[in-house]
Amino acid sequence: MSVAAPPPKAAGRGTPPPRTARARKAALGLDGGTWFLLLPALIPILVLSVGPLLYGVSLAFTDAQAGRTEPTEFVGLANLADLRHDTLFWESFRIGLVWAVSVTALQFVLALGLALLLNQNLRFRWFARTLALVPWAMPEVVVGIMWRLVYHQDAGILNETLSRLHLIDDNVGWLTSLSLALPAVIAVGVWAGLPQTTVVLLAGLQNVPYELKEAAALDGAGLWRRFTTVTWPAIKPVVIAITALNFIWNFNSFSLVFVLTQGGPGGETRLPMLFAYEEAFAYGQYGYAAAMGLAMIAVIAVFLTLFLRRRLKEEAS
Amino acid sequence: MSGPTSLRTRRAAGRTGQYLALLAYLVFLAFPLVWLVSTAFKSPQELGRIDPTWIPQDPTLENFRAAFDAQPLLRSAGNSLLVAGSAAVIAVALAVPAAYAMVRKRSKITTAATGWILVSQMFPFVLIIIPLFMLLKEARMIDSLAGLVLVYVVWNLPFSLWMLQGYVKAVPVSLEEAAAVDGAGRLRTLVSVVLPLLTPGLVATLMFSFVTAWNEFFFALVLLKSPENQTMSVILTQFLGAEGVVDLGPLAAAATLATIPSLLFFALLQRRLVSGMLAGAVKG
Repeated sequence: MSVAAPPPKAAGRGTPPPRTARARKAALGLDGGTWFLLLPALIPILVLSVGPLLYGVSLAFTDAQAGRTEPTEFVGLANLADLRHDTLFWESFRIGLVWAVSVTALQFVLALGLALLLNQNLRFRWFARTLALVPWAMPEVVVGIMWRLVYHQDAGILNETLSRLHLIDDNVGWLTSLSLALPAVIAVGVWAGLPQTTVVLLAGLQNVPYELKEAAALDGAGLWRRFTTVTWPAIKPVVIAITALNFIWNFNSFSLVFVLTQGGPGGETRLPMLFAYEEAFAYGQYGYAAAMGLAMIAVIAVFLTLFLRRRLKEEAS
Repeated sequence: MSGPTSLRTRRAAGRTGQYLALLAYLVFLAFPLVWLVSTAFKSPQELGRIDPTWIPQDPTLENFRAAFDAQPLLRSAGNSLLVAGSAAVIAVALAVPAAYAMVRKRSKITTAATGWILVSQMFPFVLIIIPLFMLLKEARMIDSLAGLVLVYVVWNLPFSLWMLQGYVKAVPVSLEEAAAVDGAGRLRTLVSVVLPLLTPGLVATLMFSFVTAWNEFFFALVLLKSPENQTMSVILTQFLGAEGVVDLGPLAAAATLATIPSLLFFALLQRRLVSGMLAGAVKG
């Protein structure tokens, strides 16, 4: 029962000992003790995460509804066919994509700028670092409420500041205007997601070898050249990982916009998750909502494939 | 163009530019926060003014009292504390042995588990919440805090496993080997050698799980029905809706209060969080 037995594939530890029955079993799967360690976490994951997820996927092919007495029936692709003709759904997806792409892109650009600054030896850096973490710690509901106060048409600080600077004449209804609601909500999304991206990029920057930068500087490379030839290649893997994750998180996001606008005005900020939530828990259309969930996964999968493949190709060339 | 003076001026100009950029970031990050806190301390008269001010001229705690009167804040804070606390403790208790096994015993199952941690991040919550809702309804656990704890445990497990794996990797195998040579059994090794070394990582993971559950809104919104069961984030949205200018004060006050526990924990785990997130990612 030695815990420290080297794993079967460990290399460089001399010749492998002759295989006993237990070693063979360990090579295939796991011994009893390891199962004992894994099961407490595996069972809840299987029962409450893997299982429901598979069930949820299967619901997309049924006519499951809330509070129905007759048994649910298998309807094949009917839900997906309905989705194809649902203009509200397409509109919601368009909004979801605009939201996810804009928030992810702005988050990345702003976070990279902030991370580069925080990586410099500036005064008040500790203060900026601390402050930059605050949005991350805040509940999304509070972030939403806070920005409602900022955007408030009559008593909000944004209108007050802009009119003092004579940039606007009348108070603007940021969250109630058809054309401004989505950009206003995107700004909040960027604010809320900035810290996490900054922290990850900063960690990446701190791993860039200092000697390399110094050598490039001695060779007469300017700031921009040093960035493109030394810094960027070093942080690229981190950039790809955090951007892909941010896109997924943003596309699936719910709470922030739910609190800010509830999808309004006129559905202008109704992200796919808000739409699916209404469908499932306001109208009780479980099957249809599950089909929307499937469509969302498809979008994410397509995005990831395009995004990662391009990156991989760049890497290869 | 060349010469030490011009170089120095250019450096100085660059520095100034950097400080200006940093200032712009600070303003962007801080101004909504300042506005929230300032609104929380304003009197109803001051909130009604047509030219709002940044700093309350006559700070008052009136809004906090009004917030407690308007909604069952204390009760919901208690609910949140209970749910987030239990979910964090249970998730970490389940995750420690599993994370240990996943690091020390590589096999197909542990690889699959790691894969699942990553894949589970991709799925929209709708696909999980509908079946869970139906499942919990069958088990009569809708509108119960126990049901929510269950959901949060599963919700917290992937990230807890991720963070803890990083901390387990940092424990030298040689220590365990030494304990085994000294005749300590497997359980003994785990409890008296590995666990003490894991404590800082454990605390960080606990705090992070707690904050995640405390801040969570979607599952609580769907699963809880009766007012006395609501958690803090759901209660906060009860303030929304028909908000007159005067109601903004209590809203801001309640929102400020709801942030304090998360901020406190984040302040404590600031450093560990970054290393923890990346630790899981470093190759084993």
